[in-house]
Amino acid sequence: MQRIGVFVCHCGTNIAATVDVKKVVEMALHEPGVVHAEDYAYMCSEAGQELIHKAIKEKHLTGLVVCSCSPRMHETTFRNAAEKAGLNPYMVEIANIREHCSWIHKDIEEATEKAVILMRAAVAKVNLDAPLKPGESRVTKRALVIGGGIAGIQTALDIAEAGYPVDIVEKTPSIGGRMSQLDKTFPTLDCSSCILTPKMGEVNAHPLINIYTYSEVESVSGFVGDFTVEIRKKARSVDMNKCTGCGVCQEKCPSKKTPSEFNRGLNTRSAIYTPFAQAVPNVPVIDRDACIKFKTGKCGICSKVCQAGAIDYDQIDEIVTEKYGAIVVATGFDMIKLDKYDEYAYSQSKDVITSLELERIMNAAGPTGGHLERLSDGKAPKEMVFIQCVGSRCADNRGKSYCSKICCMYTAKHAMLIRDKYPDTNVTVFYIDVRTPGKNFDEFYRRAVEDYGVNYIKGQVGKVIPQPNGKLLVQGADLLDNKQILKEADMVVLAAAIEPNPDVRKIATMLTASIDTNNFLTEAHAKLRPVESPTAGIFLSGVCQGPKDIPETVSQAGAAAVKAIGLLAKDKLLTNPCTAHSDELLCNGCSQCANVCPYGAITYEDKEVNDHGVRETRRIAVVNDALCQGCGACTVTCPSGAMDLQGFSNRQILAEVDAICR
Amino acid sequence: MKYSYFPGCTLKNKAVDLDHYARVSAEALGFELEEISEWQCCGGVYPLGTDEIATKLASVRALNDAKEHGQDLVTVCSACHHVIKRVNDDMKNVDDIRTRANNYMKLDEPYAGETTVLHYLEVLRDRVGFDELKKKVVKPLTGKKIGAYYGCLLLRPGKLMAFDDPENPTIMEDFIRAIGAEPVIYPYRNECCGGYISLKEEDMSKNMCRKIEESAAGFGADMLITACPLCMYNLNKNNGGNLPVYYFTELLAEALGLKEEVDEQ
Repeated sequence: MQRIGVFVCHCGTNIAATVDVKKVVEMALHEPGVVHAEDYAYMCSEAGQELIHKAIKEKHLTGLVVCSCSPRMHETTFRNAAEKAGLNPYMVEIANIREHCSWIHKDIEEATEKAVILMRAAVAKVNLDAPLKPGESRVTKRALVIGGGIAGIQTALDIAEAGYPVDIVEKTPSIGGRMSQLDKTFPTLDCSSCILTPKMGEVNAHPLINIYTYSEVESVSGFVGDFTVEIRKKARSVDMNKCTGCGVCQEKCPSKKTPSEFNRGLNTRSAIYTPFAQAVPNVPVIDRDACIKFKTGKCGICSKVCQAGAIDYDQIDEIVTEKYGAIVVATGFDMIKLDKYDEYAYSQSKDVITSLELERIMNAAGPTGGHLERLSDGKAPKEMVFIQCVGSRCADNRGKSYCSKICCMYTAKHAMLIRDKYPDTNVTVFYIDVRTPGKNFDEFYRRAVEDYGVNYIKGQVGKVIPQPNGKLLVQGADLLDNKQILKEADMVVLAAAIEPNPDVRKIATMLTASIDTNNFLTEAHAKLRPVESPTAGIFLSGVCQGPKDIPETVSQAGAAAVKAIGLLAKDKLLTNPCTAHSDELLCNGCSQCANVCPYGAITYEDKEVNDHGVRETRRIAVVNDALCQGCGACTVTCPSGAMDLQGFSNRQILAEVDAICR
Repeated sequence: MKYSYFPGCTLKNKAVDLDHYARVSAEALGFELEEISEWQCCGGVYPLGTDEIATKLASVRALNDAKEHGQDLVTVCSACHHVIKRVNDDMKNVDDIRTRANNYMKLDEPYAGETTVLHYLEVLRDRVGFDELKKKVVKPLTGKKIGAYYGCLLLRPGKLMAFDDPENPTIMEDFIRAIGAEPVIYPYRNECCGGYISLKEEDMSKNMCRKIEESAAGFGADMLITACPLCMYNLNKNNGGNLPVYYFTELLAEALGLKEEVDEQ
């Protein structure tokens, strides 16, 4: 018989205001096996843990139930406290009477009844708990970073600087990401390339960093410390070792009509191309959908002009398999498509552009050589209108519910740069709110208004109306003046919402990392573990976790690196002892458990068994402890009840159900 | 294919053309419009009052009649379409209105929004198909530059009418292409003509119509087409005869070679 102690936490008023904690204590004392019960204001505090320690020692407790917050929050805290007092940590059960009870109920009587039931179920489980001992697994001292933008670059550099090898997998032909497309950066207005390209060079030259560009993660298996990843290196059609990056092939390529991804489709590129001049690696790829040689078999000019003989039309995709201890996701973002916002005439007028397109237009290496001009007729605009929150903070399902966070600042930047370079051009910004919470951000915005005379109008735009004379009429509201505005403009710039890279869904599935309704990767804890995924060994860097600007991205990239380094620095990891096992006398080798196991942890062996004196060889399921994550899918699938999960045995679950229904 | 047909009052009087051309074209395109017997005026405006159901009953009667015939309900007039479609949505989704309307109607089986409401243009797009229509055109309106005037009633509220993208619709442009003409896309095609405000504040409606016509003409339209008698009225009244306005069914009948036949009747 167990000797169980029940500890009921008030969590200040979080629990105690809705749950009668004294009543829970009183009821606990009537439960089988319970020899001690008490409540305390903050059970997780030093003093609270001391209470637990004392009770274990004095009352010779063999098991604990802590009625408190979610086990995601403090299960480890209480297990450690129990272990310090000499108890096996797996003899501790948490009854979640905060998230599952006090926070979601208002009525004290109802909530108390539910808290008592949850406590009762936990006691029933502890009565059947057995001490468990975690095993050990090794750590592969190598990290994978998915995504080669500023987030991935910074994470890779930080991990490599700590002495661990890193691989970067980048889908496009070059690292650099969105930041390489930007002209200037707020709030200091330094040139984006000038601060990014040295980092790109550093990553490229670092002896511990290996970059796979034009490559994608194909599959991920294994678990924290021991992931096995297949990387597809797409056929570049150019030999990386031979190419000197001279660029003659791109000049001579006759197929020059493909919209340039880097310049957001504002101009075209050749079929053999590097996305931009400072690309890393400076080795082009052949876009086989655009290449005349691949489409018709004729041409081959690039091969003829290549002095180095680097063109290889026969190259095929290559799969590289590599082992990693930690994986950092840094897949970044894109702007939303504007097809649901046709009131802004984006699809109807060339002079309605997105902010990222403006970024390319303002850039010296962009499609207009850095001259601000209308794409319809090449004329310099005299009236510019910026529209904020296009698809951000959107109440209906056309856009995104969240604030994209960067638009207020980059719009202030664009407005200021235009007023500075073209003082004759008037700039008007329509906004819902101007949000500038960052170091030197509000000062920056105020400079745009006060020193550069940018006209900010609080209100949204209802329609952008292209005029037969080529101008645009912007119809909006001035909420401070309480009047309708009809403003003629030469160019309209839309601050389109940002959204996570669409590929992130696929990657999250491979990593079994969770994502939210907006496809942002979920952190393990919104406040306390913001750069870790709930899936062990997976870390988050940059906008894949939520909208953020460059300084924030770089900080988070560093934080993700530190977490990854903390993992890689360990020689061994304790494994979860709550794994599945099959009872060889009950198993009939039907394979159903192996079919549902998401980790490939179940195999079959022919084994000699002694079934009530009958010796025979049977096909029996065997679970690999190192691979099993204890999800329990096999235990509920097993038709003969042979599969059981340690720490969550079938008997325990049913005892809990019985206790709840009692 | 047979559809229940709700013409509406205006199509029996001022907009009799809209109706006639629609019927003969339907026949040529292989579907039949069976007029609902003893239909009543839809009211012309969708009643926003949730506590008043009497104004919705005419629509419910027509919808239920179509249900009893096992047919989809087709309208040509934008206003009727708007009213009937929205009342149907109420009957499907608003418990209170459904209960009270049914209490009043005393039907054998309560009506709960079962009928599908289609605009004539939707029949052309989704049932006949514009490609099929194109094949049946005998007198293509080649060279004509036509501005589609949608107005607001067909498109909004966007989610409920589910007719087309309210900000960038294409159905009428596709129709124009199908009859061999060239659509002119202009930004005011989905703006309001003023509707009934023309009775009270003539200048406001005039101003709105002027913008629509100037914009269409500015982008090169020779004429406008509409599906709405009220839009037709406002546009004609205010445009000084610069830009002719036709019902889309008239051009449809013309393209199908049936116009003279109707005009002779």
